[in-house]
Amino acid sequence: MTGWLDDLTIAVPRGALFEGTVELLASLGLDTTELRGNDRKLLFEDIGVITMRPSDVPTYVEDGAADLGITGKDVLLERPGAGARERGRRQIYELLDLGYGRCTMVFATADRVNDRGEDPAAEALRRLGAMSVATKYPRIAARHLLQTGRQGEIVEVKGSVELAPLTGLAEAIVDLTATGTTLRENGLVVREEIVECTARLIANPVAYKLKAAQIDQLLARLRERIPARRAS
Amino acid sequence: MMHPIPSGTRDVLPDETRELRAITDALRAVFERHGYGEVYTPALEYEAVLANAGIAGTGPVHRVFDETGTTLVLRSDMTVPIARLVATRYPEVAEPLRFCYFAHCYRGTRPQWSQPRELLQAGIELIGSSAPGGTAEALTVLCDALDATGLKDYRVGLGDASLFATLMDRLQIAPEARAGLLETLASRDFVELEQRLEGIGASAEASALLLSLSQRRGGPEVLAEPPGPAADAIAGMRQVSELLDERVAARVIFDLGLVRSIGYYTGAVFEVYDPTLGVPIGGGGRYDDLLESFGAERPAVGFALDVERLHIALAGEERGTGVVVAPR
Repeated sequence: MTGWLDDLTIAVPRGALFEGTVELLASLGLDTTELRGNDRKLLFEDIGVITMRPSDVPTYVEDGAADLGITGKDVLLERPGAGARERGRRQIYELLDLGYGRCTMVFATADRVNDRGEDPAAEALRRLGAMSVATKYPRIAARHLLQTGRQGEIVEVKGSVELAPLTGLAEAIVDLTATGTTLRENGLVVREEIVECTARLIANPVAYKLKAAQIDQLLARLRERIPARRAS
Repeated sequence: MMHPIPSGTRDVLPDETRELRAITDALRAVFERHGYGEVYTPALEYEAVLANAGIAGTGPVHRVFDETGTTLVLRSDMTVPIARLVATRYPEVAEPLRFCYFAHCYRGTRPQWSQPRELLQAGIELIGSSAPGGTAEALTVLCDALDATGLKDYRVGLGDASLFATLMDRLQIAPEARAGLLETLASRDFVELEQRLEGIGASAEASALLLSLSQRRGGPEVLAEPPGPAADAIAGMRQVSELLDERVAARVIFDLGLVRSIGYYTGAVFEVYDPTLGVPIGGGGRYDDLLESFGAERPAVGFALDVERLHIALAGEERGTGVVVAPR
């Protein structure tokens, strides 16, 4: 059962979105047996699938090495230049909210307040003029501080962001959370919800035009499978 | 010993220069055959003069001061300088003027965006020839030029820059909401477009129409089903397509959602795609109001090709494919 929507190539994220993505592809009639069975293979030419880490998906799609891709909105928001659409920027088109992989990008601090009722970040902002924010998403964090009119220093870390406020590396974190369990277990509390993130279908602009019929056909089939978007 | 050059610039060595030269020679021969005379303009211009074009946000970013303290800019394209040239040197000429150019233009870059700061453009400007005839001529020169370079699988997307402005008028979308919608349309973030339309309380029909039109692209069937408010733009595209020779028409993809990021386009807009490259090779369109801003009201149309991208596409076609996964 090979041969899928003619010659479309799709970049599929390994990691948290992998299961949902494979299920979606399978529901479209794609033979995903090998995709599920072999987690070391990266390129599945028979079914037009390339697997990679989620943050690489926009890079492959932007270049046209993949026509389509699936990745989280968090990854798209963290792309260089995502906040400012400027002339000459290599583009990707965001076609569809696939609805799964729902997480929230949050601003969180330690679960305590001082006698003025300020959390550690607010206290630092008032007394020191700036708060320090640890995150794996420096651009989203910087944009959030800018949009809320606060000064801050962004500390970029690659993993276990929860550690930062506990050790004094930072007063606050900006991170993605699905259930909030990890935050709670580390004595952190969500102070602000920045943006809801779900899996998105993206397309290369040139492929979107040169393979319009195949892509539109796929979009129509995907829309049937996605529960109606709730008004947000 | 390494001596760096600015990000987004590069040195070009003889092998590459020879190949680029073959491309520009082929383009130049076609431009000249169609009556487009080559011009040079200064790389540096007065900022105040180019500012006549009034295209906030898309203008030049490299500025220097001359010895009198006047601000000079490095040109960011050739269309505005040629509009300036026409208004200055050919103020009274009524018949169409045809110019071509091969010139470096200068843009701003951001770290990690891998954008060129200096890019080599090849293009034409047809001044004093209105739609649809002028547009059809420009598209014909474009296809002849690309054919002459040996590029095989390219397609030309054709849209209309005025479509969404007209549409938003008809749909009575609040003026303050339009800029945001247009920006979202230009980046074709359909998820955000839907959210924005919800956010501004657009009617269900208006939302559905904007969403469906911005995604409508393909062959002549795109023009065959004219929805009411888009009728003018569609009629314009049909008039252009009727004037095209079969070999040119076969290259055209009608794309109602095509929105170029440059602000001076007024009517037909186009972009060149090749399957081996994930970004457009070039583009252009009608800019019927630009000359007026230099005091010489004339309809005009033109296009520019990015010579380096064209070179990459040619190399990609030669290799067989530009993508990792070969078409099955």
